[in-house]
Amino acid sequence: MTTADNVQVTTAPAKPSRSVSKLLLDYGIVIAFAVLFIVLSFESDVFFTVRNQLNILDQAQQIGLMAIAATVVIIAGGFDLSMGAIFAMSGVVAAFVARDLGEVESFAAVAPYAGWIAGIIVGTLIGLLNGALVTVLRINTFVATLASGIVIRGMALILTQAEQIRVSDRTFQSLARGEIGGVRNTIFIWLGFALLMTFVLTRTRFGRYVFAAGDNPEAARLSGINVNLIRTLTFGISGFAAGLSGVIFTSKFLLGQNDAGQGTELIAIASVVIGGTSIMGGEGAVWRTVLGVLLLRLIENGFNLINVDTFYQDVFQGLIILFAVALDAMRHRGT
Amino acid sequence: MDAEYFVEARGISKRFFAVQALQDIHVAVKSGDIHALVGENGAGKSTLGKIISGVIRPDSGQLIVEGRVVHYAAPRDALHDGITTITQEISLLSKQTVLDNVLLGQEYSRAGVLNRNRMIQRFNEVRELTGFDLAPDVKVNTLRMADQKKVEVMQAVARNARLIIMDEPTAMLSDEDTATFLEIVRQLKAMGRTIIYVSHFLKEVLNLADMVTIMRNGEIVRTSPTVDETPDTLITAMLGKSMAQMYPPKQFPPDDAPIALSVTGLRSSVFRGIDLEVRAGEIAGLAGLVGSGRSRLARTLFGAEEITGGKIFVSGEQVHIHSTQDAIKAGIYMLPESRKEQGLLLRQTVRHNITLPHLRDITSLFGIIRGQRELSRIDELVAALNIQPPVPSNKVNTLSGGNQQKTLFGKWLFDQPKLFIVDEPTRGIDVGAKQAIYELIVELAKQGMGILMISSEIEEILGLAHRVLVMRLGEIVAELPGDETLTEDKVMRAAFGTHEAQDVPETEAMER
Repeated sequence: MTTADNVQVTTAPAKPSRSVSKLLLDYGIVIAFAVLFIVLSFESDVFFTVRNQLNILDQAQQIGLMAIAATVVIIAGGFDLSMGAIFAMSGVVAAFVARDLGEVESFAAVAPYAGWIAGIIVGTLIGLLNGALVTVLRINTFVATLASGIVIRGMALILTQAEQIRVSDRTFQSLARGEIGGVRNTIFIWLGFALLMTFVLTRTRFGRYVFAAGDNPEAARLSGINVNLIRTLTFGISGFAAGLSGVIFTSKFLLGQNDAGQGTELIAIASVVIGGTSIMGGEGAVWRTVLGVLLLRLIENGFNLINVDTFYQDVFQGLIILFAVALDAMRHRGT
Repeated sequence: MDAEYFVEARGISKRFFAVQALQDIHVAVKSGDIHALVGENGAGKSTLGKIISGVIRPDSGQLIVEGRVVHYAAPRDALHDGITTITQEISLLSKQTVLDNVLLGQEYSRAGVLNRNRMIQRFNEVRELTGFDLAPDVKVNTLRMADQKKVEVMQAVARNARLIIMDEPTAMLSDEDTATFLEIVRQLKAMGRTIIYVSHFLKEVLNLADMVTIMRNGEIVRTSPTVDETPDTLITAMLGKSMAQMYPPKQFPPDDAPIALSVTGLRSSVFRGIDLEVRAGEIAGLAGLVGSGRSRLARTLFGAEEITGGKIFVSGEQVHIHSTQDAIKAGIYMLPESRKEQGLLLRQTVRHNITLPHLRDITSLFGIIRGQRELSRIDELVAALNIQPPVPSNKVNTLSGGNQQKTLFGKWLFDQPKLFIVDEPTRGIDVGAKQAIYELIVELAKQGMGILMISSEIEEILGLAHRVLVMRLGEIVAELPGDETLTEDKVMRAAFGTHEAQDVPETEAMER
C-alpha cells in the first residue's frame, strides 16, 4: 500500500467533515467577503448605498486591472514585480504623446486618444520584453521583474527629468472620468477585463496552456506546448493591464508622473493571494481575484465609514494576507 | 529480548469507516528474522505496519511485543519498546549534518548546551555497530540517496531499535542504491535486529526475507518461509490468479505489415547513428541497463532532445522533428517514464490532462474550446480505459497510481498515434493495474499502432514484446526475436556485453 492509497483509504469515507473543511479552504474568500459586506451594511448607513458601492468599484479599478493580469501570470508560474513601474512608464508616455501631439495643430483632435493608445502599447511591449527576458535567460521571475522594474522606473525618471507632464486637453480626462448611464468608464473597463480573462482562462486553448505551464512545465513541454511562449504572453497581458491602469491614472489627474503607482504591484499580488489563487501556480481563478481586490477596498472604505483609525487598517490588511497565504499552504498539504 | 517472537498480532482488525482495512489478522514475527509483507495496494500491509509502530490503534485484537500485551497510543510508545519505521521517503532534516540527524531526539547536553564530545562518542559507537563509514559533519542533502538511507538506519540503531519496519524503502532508490540498501538490511539482521519488510518488488523480497506473509483485501492468505515461494506463487496468492495469466497471448504482426517507424543513422549528443524499425501492430521491446540510452532514444525520437543527424520516416514519409510539437504532428507520441514529473498535471482534472496535447483539434477560430466535442471523446476514453472513478472533472491527484497511469495513457490515445513510445508503462502501480495496462498495450498493437516499449522489468519485455532491441552505451547491440527462444539470460548477456552476464552485480538489481 503506497502512501497515496493509504490516504485515500483513510480519508475517502470521512467525506462529510473533510468536504466541509475543503469548502472552507476553497471558498473562504466568499465567506469573508460576505461577512464583511453584511457587517458594514449594518454598521454604517452610508455603506450600502448605490453611490458608495459605485465609488468602491471605481476605486478598485486601479489595483483590479493589475491584479487580474497578475492572476494569469501567477497561474502560469510567474510573478511580475515590474507592474508598478510599467504603470508609471505608460502614464508618462501617454501624457507626453497627448501633450506634444496636441501642440501640432493637425493632430490636436486625435492627440488625447493617441496618448491613451501609445501608453497601452508601450506597457504591453515592455511586458512582452520582460517575458522574453525571463524565459530565454531562464531567470527567476521574481528577481528578474524586480530588476526590470527598477530599470523601467529609472527610464521614466530620465524621460520626465522628475517633472510632472501636464496635459491640458480635457478630452484626455474622459477615459477615467467619463460615465455611461451614471456609471464610470473605469468600472466597465476593469470588470470587462475580468470577464474577458475569465473567458480566456476557462474557455480557450491558451487558457489551458497557462494552467499547464504553471502546474508542470516539463509535462506541458512533453505535451507539445511551447511553455516559454505561453509564459511570455502572460507577461504581455500584465504589461497591457499595468499600462492601461497607468494611462487611466494619468487621464484622471491629467498628469504623467515617474513615481506613480509605487508598490501597486504588491497590493495586486496580495489581492490575488487573498482571493485564493495559489502562489505555486497551476491553480486559480479571476473571480477570486476580483473578490480579493474588493475585500481590500471594503476594508478601507468600511473602516473609514465607521471611523476606525487608518493605522489599524494596515495591520488588519497585513493579517488578512498572512491568513490567505496560510490557507494556501494548508490546501497544498491537504492534497 | 529472548522471546521467540518479537511481535505477534492476534486477531487484529481495523476498519476505516466503510473500509475493512484489516480482518482478524494473525501473524508472528520471529526475533532476528527478516519478515516480508506483500500484497496489492490496499491489501493492508501498511496499515498493519502502522499498528505495530503505534501510528494507528487497532479496533480489536491483541498486539504482543516480546511476550507482553501492549497498547500503543503513539509512535513514541512503540519507540520505547525499540520499534521504529523507515519509509520510502527520506525523512531526515536535509540541511542538518549526519551527526545531528543520527542523534536527533537524544542530543546529549548540559544545561541546554550540547555536549559535542559525548555526541561524537555515541555517533562512533553507532558507526562501529553498523559499519557505515559516514562523516559526522557532512550535510545530509549532499549525500546520495543510498547514504541518506544509511543515515536513517543509523538513526534507528542509535535509538536502540530492535524491530525496524521498512515500508517500500527502495521505491525511490536507483538500482545501484537499492543493491547497497539490501546489503544494509542483511547487515541489520546480522546484528540481531528484527525487520518487517513491506515491498512491491517480489524478487527482492524472496532474496532478502526469511519469512513472507501474503495479504489480500485486509486478510492474510498465508505466511511461509521464502524458500517455499516463487514470484509466481506470490502473485497467484496476492491476486488469486497466476502470473502466466498476466500477459495476454502474443499475436505477432504479419511479415508484410507496413512499417510504422523507420530511423536511419540517427545522431545526437549521445547517439552515433541509430537504425531502427517498428512495424505497424508490432510491440518492439527496448531493453538495456539504466543509463544505456533507452529513455534518451525515446526522448530524442519524440523531439524532447536535439537531433543532429539521420532520417526519420513515419509510415513511409520522412518527417523532420525539432520539437515535441513536430513529433506529435508526425504521429509519434510518448508516454514518459515518470508519471508525476513528466507526465501529468497533477492539480488539473482528468479531462484537462487528456486533451492537453490535442487542443488544436477541438478548438474553433480564436482558440475557443468546443466543450461538447471534448467531453464526448473524454467520456469514451474514460470508459474504454476504465478510469476509476469515471469522473472527468476529478483532479488527477485524487486518483490512485494505476488510475493516474490510465489517465496518462488516455492523454495519448485521444487520437491514434502511428508510433506509440511507452517508457516504463507500469512503474509504481500495483499488480492488478499492471495487468490492465498490459492488455491495453496488446490491444493497441492489434489496432495497428507501432509500439516501442521501454521497461526495466525484464518479465514485461519477455511477456509482451514481439521483438527485443537491446541497448548498451548508446547503441543498439542486439536484436532478439520475441518468440519462445527469448530468455532473460539472452537479454541480460546482450545488455552487459556477452561474457559478463553472470558476475555483474547489477543483474539482480535490474531484474527486480
